[in-house]
Amino acid sequence: MSDGTTTIGRSASRRSARSAWVPWAYLAPALLLYGAFLLFPLVRAAQFSLFEWDGLGASTFVGFDNYVEILADQRLREAFWHALVLVFFYAVLPLVIGLLLASLLTRAQVRGLGFFRSVIFLPQVIAMVVVAVTWRQIYAPDGPLNGFLRMIGLGSLARPWLGDYVFTLPAVGLIGTWVCTGLVTVLLMAGMSRVPRELYEAARLDGSGPVREFFAITLPMVRGEITVALTLTIVAALKTFDLVYVTTSGGPGTSTTVPSYEIYRRAFELGEVGVATAVGVVLTLIVFAINGVVNMIGDRK
Amino acid sequence: MKVSPIERGANYVVLVAFALIVLGPVAVIVSLAFGPQSASVAREGGWFHPENFPEAWEIGRFGQYMLTSVVVAVVVVVISVLASILAGYALGTMRFRGATVMFYVFLLGIMVPTEAFIVPLYFDLRVVGLTNTVWGVAAPQIAMSIAFGTYWMRTYFRTSSRALIDAARLDGAGSMRILWQVLVPIGRPAILTLVLLTFMWTWNEFLIPLVMSPNGSVRTAPLGLAFFQGQYTQGTALLAAGAVMVALPVVLLYVFLQRHFIKGMIEGAVRE
Repeated sequence: MSDGTTTIGRSASRRSARSAWVPWAYLAPALLLYGAFLLFPLVRAAQFSLFEWDGLGASTFVGFDNYVEILADQRLREAFWHALVLVFFYAVLPLVIGLLLASLLTRAQVRGLGFFRSVIFLPQVIAMVVVAVTWRQIYAPDGPLNGFLRMIGLGSLARPWLGDYVFTLPAVGLIGTWVCTGLVTVLLMAGMSRVPRELYEAARLDGSGPVREFFAITLPMVRGEITVALTLTIVAALKTFDLVYVTTSGGPGTSTTVPSYEIYRRAFELGEVGVATAVGVVLTLIVFAINGVVNMIGDRK
Repeated sequence: MKVSPIERGANYVVLVAFALIVLGPVAVIVSLAFGPQSASVAREGGWFHPENFPEAWEIGRFGQYMLTSVVVAVVVVVISVLASILAGYALGTMRFRGATVMFYVFLLGIMVPTEAFIVPLYFDLRVVGLTNTVWGVAAPQIAMSIAFGTYWMRTYFRTSSRALIDAARLDGAGSMRILWQVLVPIGRPAILTLVLLTFMWTWNEFLIPLVMSPNGSVRTAPLGLAFFQGQYTQGTALLAAGAVMVALPVVLLYVFLQRHFIKGMIEGAVRE
């Protein structure tokens, strides 16, 4: 902190006292835009959520009724439950796969690792709408997935993957797994490459095998990366919108509706702006809480 | 580390298997895009139909939507990166009362879900007549990009050489000159990463243009694709061709500058 402030420190600080507005001048454009188009609407969201309003006419103050509605409305309860299911597919599954994959690849220095890294990261840069359109084709009744199942003699498993009350949510979730696994793996690989080799060599001398090595050394050393990976993917799961909008529109029935989709639907299709903003506020609080909890667990030594 | 040839072999199998799982869907959409549009076209022969692309471009009006996407992306990238450089410079190199609070205020913006603030923002911008304009579509994305960008540039400025700044100051350079003539030129890699990430997020964004332009006058490429899927239901070849065209600009940038994308998304995610 005291870098470079020995002799010129005093004069510099005197000058900065004279021009205390300088940093604020630099901050002003960012703060103005960010405040006007993100912070202010966020405060407005909290305000909107206390009113009943159809988006056009007059609004009525209803207190916390819109929040009570979230608990009472079965469709909204289902939406939050679906978001939780998606957390499994976006965060838990990629973490398990990523840990296995990254530890395998870090143990043995195989060729082509750089290329592999670029390939598995690719889904992260493809527009979600394009991903959704692609998987809709794959899941189509006469699409490649069912074709493949019939080819290998498992035709009885073939089904309209996005038109089935039981399988549509997992089918949508697996698209999330496809998107998130690369990011998680690359993060974990970066963490594991920083683990000192001597630790493993010492463990080998003690005669521990790959499984012991993984739980005793690798896992504790990449705790930070796991925290980051979980935060990113859980939040991505909770914010799922494009994917559901393009693949299923929440259907069949209500089987794949999610909070973000309900916000859009209620605010702009049903004219329930108050409930929509209340769901938004709850979603924000959940995201903050998860950030906090995951980081707290991650920081604990 | 030394491992047995069996393990090494198994690793290659795993490596190839996962690469195929990722590339499989990509191959599906690309092959559909070049495939025959209908059974009758297929009977006439030929499996390679690059003419799908100009046809999809025409029928799906992708020319118009891509142009809109470019305009929105340029507006968002230019304004948010400039504002982020200035704000990051203040938070990264200057000590002042309120600096820490301001840092957390910007950090908050990285976490806030779009769907939480976009609904009230739409209704407020409708009152002032900014919905269905490029500015209405760009503004919320500028705000979100500034939250990340300020965080990103602050990290860069904090690691930039203190001695360099002091030397420039002794030469009589003001804070503006130090920023633009010393720090920005040597910070080009960090700024390029920020430009690429902001461009990618803006290009791929779906919810904001959907909400902010309900009459479709400012329809970006991803929205154009979603509507094309809803309206054009004869065959999948043109839809697939449209999907490839929408993804292509960012994927091409990724192919050539993947280090920036991976580094940016990994380092940008690790907060203090």
